Order: sequence, then structure tokens, then C-alpha cells
Amino acid sequence: MIDNSPIRTFIAHLVLVLGILIVAFPIYYTFVASTHSLQTILRPPLPLLPGDRFVENYSEALFGGVGRIGGVSVATLLFNTTVVALGIAIGKIIISLLSAYAIVFFRFPLRMTFFWLIFITLMLPVEVRILPTYKVMVDFGLIDTYTGLIVPLIASATATLLFRQFFLTIPGELVEAARVDGAGPWRFFWDILLPLSRTNIAALFVILFIYGWTQYLWPLLVTNRNDMNTIVIALRKMISFADADTEWHLVMVTSMLAIVPPILVVVLMQRWFVRGLVDTEK
Amino acid sequence: MATVDLKDVKKVYPGGVEAVKGVSIAIPDKELCVLVGPSGCGKSTLLRMIAGLETISAGTCSIDGKVVNAIGPTERDIAMVFQNYALYPHMKVYDNMAYGLRNRGMPKDEIDKRVRTTAETLELAHLLERRPRELSGGQRQRVAMGRAIVRSPKVFLFDEPLSNLDAKLRGQMRVEIKSLQRKLGVTSVYVTHDQLEAMTLADVLVVMNAGLVEQLGAPLDIYEKPASTFVASFIGAPPMNLLPLRSGQLEGAVSLPAIPANAATIGFRPEDCEVGADGAASEGGLRLMARVLGVEPVGAESFLYCEAAGGRIVVRVPGRTAVAVGDQLPVLARREKVHFFGSDGKRV
Amino acid sequence: MSPRVVFPNKILPYLLVAPQLAITLVFFYWPASQALRQSMLREDPFGLSSKFVWFANFKKVLSDPNYLNSIQVTAVFSIATAAVAMGTALLLAVMAEKVIRGRGVYRTLMIWPYAVAPAIAGMLWLFLFNPSIGSLAYGLRWLGINWDPLLDGEQAMVLVVAAASWKQISYNFLFFVAGLQAIPKTLIEAAAIDGAKPFKRFWTIVFPLLAPTTFFLLVVNTVYAFFDTFGIIHAVTGGGPGKATETLVYKVYNDGFVNLILGDSAAQSVILMVIVIALTAVQFRYVEKKVHYG
Repeated sequence: MIDNSPIRTFIAHLVLVLGILIVAFPIYYTFVASTHSLQTILRPPLPLLPGDRFVENYSEALFGGVGRIGGVSVATLLFNTTVVALGIAIGKIIISLLSAYAIVFFRFPLRMTFFWLIFITLMLPVEVRILPTYKVMVDFGLIDTYTGLIVPLIASATATLLFRQFFLTIPGELVEAARVDGAGPWRFFWDILLPLSRTNIAALFVILFIYGWTQYLWPLLVTNRNDMNTIVIALRKMISFADADTEWHLVMVTSMLAIVPPILVVVLMQRWFVRGLVDTEK
Repeated sequence: MATVDLKDVKKVYPGGVEAVKGVSIAIPDKELCVLVGPSGCGKSTLLRMIAGLETISAGTCSIDGKVVNAIGPTERDIAMVFQNYALYPHMKVYDNMAYGLRNRGMPKDEIDKRVRTTAETLELAHLLERRPRELSGGQRQRVAMGRAIVRSPKVFLFDEPLSNLDAKLRGQMRVEIKSLQRKLGVTSVYVTHDQLEAMTLADVLVVMNAGLVEQLGAPLDIYEKPASTFVASFIGAPPMNLLPLRSGQLEGAVSLPAIPANAATIGFRPEDCEVGADGAASEGGLRLMARVLGVEPVGAESFLYCEAAGGRIVVRVPGRTAVAVGDQLPVLARREKVHFFGSDGKRV
Repeated sequence: MSPRVVFPNKILPYLLVAPQLAITLVFFYWPASQALRQSMLREDPFGLSSKFVWFANFKKVLSDPNYLNSIQVTAVFSIATAAVAMGTALLLAVMAEKVIRGRGVYRTLMIWPYAVAPAIAGMLWLFLFNPSIGSLAYGLRWLGINWDPLLDGEQAMVLVVAAASWKQISYNFLFFVAGLQAIPKTLIEAAAIDGAKPFKRFWTIVFPLLAPTTFFLLVVNTVYAFFDTFGIIHAVTGGGPGKATETLVYKVYNDGFVNLILGDSAAQSVILMVIVIALTAVQFRYVEKKVHYG
């Protein structure tokens, strides 16, 4: 490196620390707020250090039930959200793997038509087809069901494209070697393709888990019942600024519980996360 | 163990491209047949048709007297060594070798015995727990061989297996493949574009060009009596000198052997030439004047790059040479070492 | 190149694509075609009958001052969000390239917000800047600023832009770092030998070479600001105050679900569809081959 003077390095560190303060402060402050009593929160400014209500606040939210959302406990919300996030991530990965496998390793009439049909879904996000999609959900009786929350979101052009891209890099000789070794399509898929796709699957899983966890518009549309809400939607229902009786301490606890699981996934699986992020945009 | 019989085999791709235009080869039991030719001549396609990886458009392929056109690679009882080895990257060497046996439902202890014996033969025993990426190029090549041998199939198929190795290793492996094939006595088909590999390995040599067999025979027969200008220039290194005849004459030749009536090209190999004024050896042979354009001493021999009779020729002389660039010298070739080819390129 | 090696099965591939295709047709193509149809229909006030009106709904939507306002809001919101999120991320990425010690730690701390749902990001910022209980709002008032985003449209916009950009910094940071790492160090050294000072080196060498990454992120950030920020608007301002933060996507939702004006909402959906198609086309046409990832 050429410009490594101590002053420059110091400035760089300073800027980065400031950046991290901005990035981390809202999350930190939420944590602080989640450990204070409602009275403390309602009298700004809030102290910069955590208070002493950690155990009370968290156990009240998790197991006691929150009044504004019909007494549903945050534990229920966490369960719903986990089911939805896992369902979306795993579902997407499975159906994308299968369709990419078909498109790359088989030749059949309409192959490219199918490919384009899948590709074009990139251009049809929920936002541009809100009402009619909602109507389909009502017709199928999928409102307030896990199926309704998960299945319509698992068709994904991105994941299919990613797997297709990866499959195309697998040398044809490997397929031939497997055929000579007596492996049919299924055995090739299980014994060779799947193990080779491991890192891609892990990378995609992180991205898709976050995607599922942070969904907003879709769960807003297809859930009415409080006990079917995801945590993000429930959080929105808990807040009212016009109303003075918002239980801010519980809101803060719920926020923390909504934020921490995906953050843990991202931080603990950082290597795959960064890879997945870069790959899915290729 | 098995013979391989190809009868008028053709391959036409859906786009109408004809990759193999009718090839018939009979490979006797236990022999090694080498298919050699430039890239795109159809040799790999032919091999893959034998393997069952490509469908046969017309003609028949029989293994051990049984027509196999309609059955897949798994049921043909063949094993193949690929150019890039095609080792399963996520499996250990042991599992790479065992995979085909497991798929065929062989009992575990039998698999283990076979894998270990084969690994012993190929000196791979200490590598069984490694993964392909932890191996050198030569080791990977051995594993690919091992994966084929362990199956003890009816036929071995080799698709340019040595082309990714460096020259020295390639030489070693060539010798090893030959002795292994002899020892195991498995009928083999070997595809290469390297004429040296072809000459040294083949029991039956097949020279292919543009989807057809140019010549088929024992390697030295082909070397001594190439059937066409194509074969003449493909087999032997440096290739045979070929000079055009104009109305039965060679421009600048001092003396010529008797020329057959319909000959259009005269050929002689660089190693069959002599240089010098004494024409004793060339009674009734070819004698022409050449001007030296370049000299390449390689130690045991030297190659002279010359201009003669309106074309370029290469002459091999033993050991060191005193010849220098710009020298004019007489080049001689014995009568029996001179070849003639017609205007269609065929030997006359 | 020989054609790709494949398996010869005839039925299996159809079975493999079937699940994805079924979901795609039922939940994507059918509704999208319904949106197209609906956009040319107008229902009577009781929803009993509807008639075909060609492009009348589009004409109506595009001449509606509320819709034009919404276009303007979306433009301001998207440009501001992209500019703030990308500018901050670029600055931080350049600084992160300069330091050697602690690089990994900085990265780990920088990627948190990616995992936060946009709606929650909005709520956290609103909590901080809420005029009655927000601690930072308290700070602003202490500085003498008359701060109330629940009443002042411009302040509301500032708040949602801040929340939206905050969440997007992580993403942009990772891509800028990758882009910076892809620039050969020898080029920067050559510029140094040619006498360029650090700041000049950045503008004349690094920034131009980063252009593909920047352009790519511009498209991604625009898409993000258009669509993914629905949660922020819905949770924080509800499009208000007035209609100061009513973006296009929010308006589609609001007209369709809250006000139940089906024809208008469908026409707006179709307009959005055209925008997405344009953005996707730009992304694939110009970006795909040109961006270099680290």
C-alpha cells in the first residue's frame, strides 16, 4: 500500500467507527429501551445504558401476551415467523434446484419456454399484482394459513437462475463418468449434484431466510387473525402514535426479538451470506 | 474377453452435421485400438458411441458379439478414462473408485478388496483418503485409470487421457498404460491426436479424417506405406516431405525414380534422406538440390529446413552437422523410400 | 463445443419443472393477466357489473393530481435514498480498504442492518425521532429545531429516507468493497508514481473503475426504494402527513385495499409493471456482463 501514513489510517478508523455508530446505534438503543420500564421510556431522553427490567419485560412479552394484538404472545409470533422464513427458504431452494436441474441436464420440448416463463417472474413482484393475487388466495381459502404465507413466495427466478448458472459450470465429462458408473438421473442428482451444490445452497439459504423473515406486504395481505401474524406485522399493529397506551417496553422487546434471529444468521453464516449476496445478483 | 465390432457406423447431429460418415472397424479380443486424427475428425464421437454416451445414427456397434446400439452405457460393461479425468470432486479417491461398483450393487467387502488391489497395482494405496483436488495431475490420472480398472469391464475406453500431462509424465504413463493393458488383457479403444502416442500404443491403428477412416492397420505398416497424403503427413514427425509433380516431372530434380503415370505428388520422409555428393546410395532414387534456410541441432540429430523444387522440405541428419544457412546441397532418397500419390491424394 | 451432456429421459424433466411452473402460473401469471384485464374495466359503485373502457382508467390515473404527486414523491424518495445509501456506503468502503487491522470486525458490524426488516428499520427510526418520546427528537428540539415528522411533510420524508438508506448501507458497502478489491493495486501505484495525490487518485482512477459497480447499485437501490420500502412507509407514516410520503407502491395498495377503487388500482399496477420491466431490462442489458465482483 502506498498511502499508509499514520494520520490517514487514523482518519480511516475514525470514519469507520462513526459509520458503525450510525449503523449500530438504532439497534443498540432499541436494546437499551427494551430493558427499561414504560415510564422511563415515556420520559425522554432515555439513558444510554441498559436498565434493570430485562427479565420482566422479556418474559412478559414472550409468554404473557400483548394486549394490542389480541393477547397473542411473542413466542407465537416467533414461531410463525420461523415457520414462514424456513418454509420460504427451503421451499425455494427445493423447487429451484429441481427446475434448474431439468433445464440444464435434460433436453425436452418447451424447455426454453419454461425457462423464460420462470425468468419473467422477476418482473412480476407482488406489488404489481396485489389485488388479483389476493383474490386467488381468497378463492383457494389460503388466507390465515401457513401455506398461504409460504407457497406463493417460493417460486423464484433468482434462485433458479443461480442454480442454472452453477450447473452450467459442471463439466459434461462428470455427467458421462457418472453414467458410465451406472448412475441414472436421480442417483446423479443425489450423489453428485447435491453434494457439489452445498456451498451454493448454504449461501442461498442465508439470503432467502432473511427474505422470508423480513416479508411485509405479503403477510399483511394474507393474515387477518392475530395469531397467524408474523412478528413484523404484529409489531406494526402494536404501535400507535396517536394513542398513548402503546406499550413501548413490549414493542422494544418484540423489536429485539424480531431483529436478533436474522442478525444471528447473517453474522454466524457471514461467509456464505456475502457469497450468496454477490452470487444472486449475477 | 471381448471383441468390439463397428459396422458402417454413422453419426448425424440434429442440425444435419455429419460427424461420422460410415466407419467399420473390427477390434480383436485383448487388442488395443488407437483412433488418431486431427480435432473434429470424429474420433471422439466414435468413442462416445461405443460408450453409449451418444446415440448411433446408423450402422451397428457390437461388444462381444452382441449389438449394443439400444442399451445405455451402464449395461454395456465398459469403463472410460476421460480427458479431464472427471473425478467426483467431493469424493475421496476410495469412493471415486468404489462408486461404480456400489451402483452395481456389489457387496461391500468385495468392493473393498477390489479397490485396494487396484490401488496397490497403480501405487495409489497411500492416496485413498485424499480428495481429487489434493492430488497432482499425474496422480489424478492414475485415479481415473484406477476407477476404470477396478470395474474389470469388457472394454476400456480412453478419451485423450494423457493430454493434460506434461511431456515427461506423458511418456511414463504411455509405457504404463501399455503394460497394464497387456497384463489385464482387456480390449481397449484409445483416442488421441498425438501420433507418437498412437504409434507406440496401438495394436490396431486407425487414422481418421473428416468422419472417415483414412487407413487402418498395424502402426509400422501405416508408417511404411501411408495410404494417402493425409496419412503421410499425419504419421511421423517431422511429417513426410511432399512435393508436387508437374506433368510427371519434379522441378529442380537432378534425377528421379520411375514415376507412375497418374502420380501428382512425390513424398519422402526426412529420416529417409541422405545429404552429400556421392550418389552411391541413390541408384535409381531421388536426387535434388536444396538450399538450406535453417538448421536445428537437437543433439542426437539435426534437422535441416530447406527450399527445394519449389517447395519446403525437412532433412534429418545424424549428430552434429557442418551445414550452414545458405548452403546448396544435394539431397538423396533411396528408390524404395520414395512414395507417390495421385491427384486425389491416394497412394499409387 | 459439443452440445451439453444430458440425460435421455422424456417424462422426468416435466415432473421436475412442474412444481415451480404450477406456482408461477397460479400466483404470478394468472394474477398479472387479471391485473391487465382489470386495468381496462370499470365497475359500477356496487361492484355488480363492469364494462370495458379501454385506456380510460390509465387516462384517469395519469391525470389525477394525487397520482402525479405520488410520482414526484417516489422520485424524490428514490433519488434521496439511493444517494444517501450509496454515498455513505462508498465512503465507508473506501475507508475500510485503507485499514488493515480490524477489517473483518468492521465488516461484521456493518452488515447488521441487512437482516432488519425495512418496516422494523422504519419503526426504530420513528422511535428515536418520535416527537413525544424519541430521544433524538428530544435532542433536535434542544438544538432549537421545530421537529415533528408526524405533522411536517418534509420532515416525514427525511425520516423515511433516513430509515430506508440506513437499512441499505450494508448491502451497498459489501458490493463497494468487492468492487474496490477488484481494482488492480498496480494501477493505483502507477498513478502515485505519475504524481497523483490520494484524493486525485480516487477521482481519476478508482471512481471511474468503480463505475460498473456504482451503476449496478444504482439500479438495485432504485428497485429497492420503489418496492421494498413499502413496509417503511406503511409502518412509519402511512403515506402522510397529507400525502407527503405516498409512494407509487403505497398508493396501489391504498387504492386497492383501503379505498377499493379496483380499476384505478389495476391501472397503477400495470404502470408499475412497465417500470419493473424497464428496470430489469436495464439491469440485464447493461449491468450483467460489466460488473466485476471481488
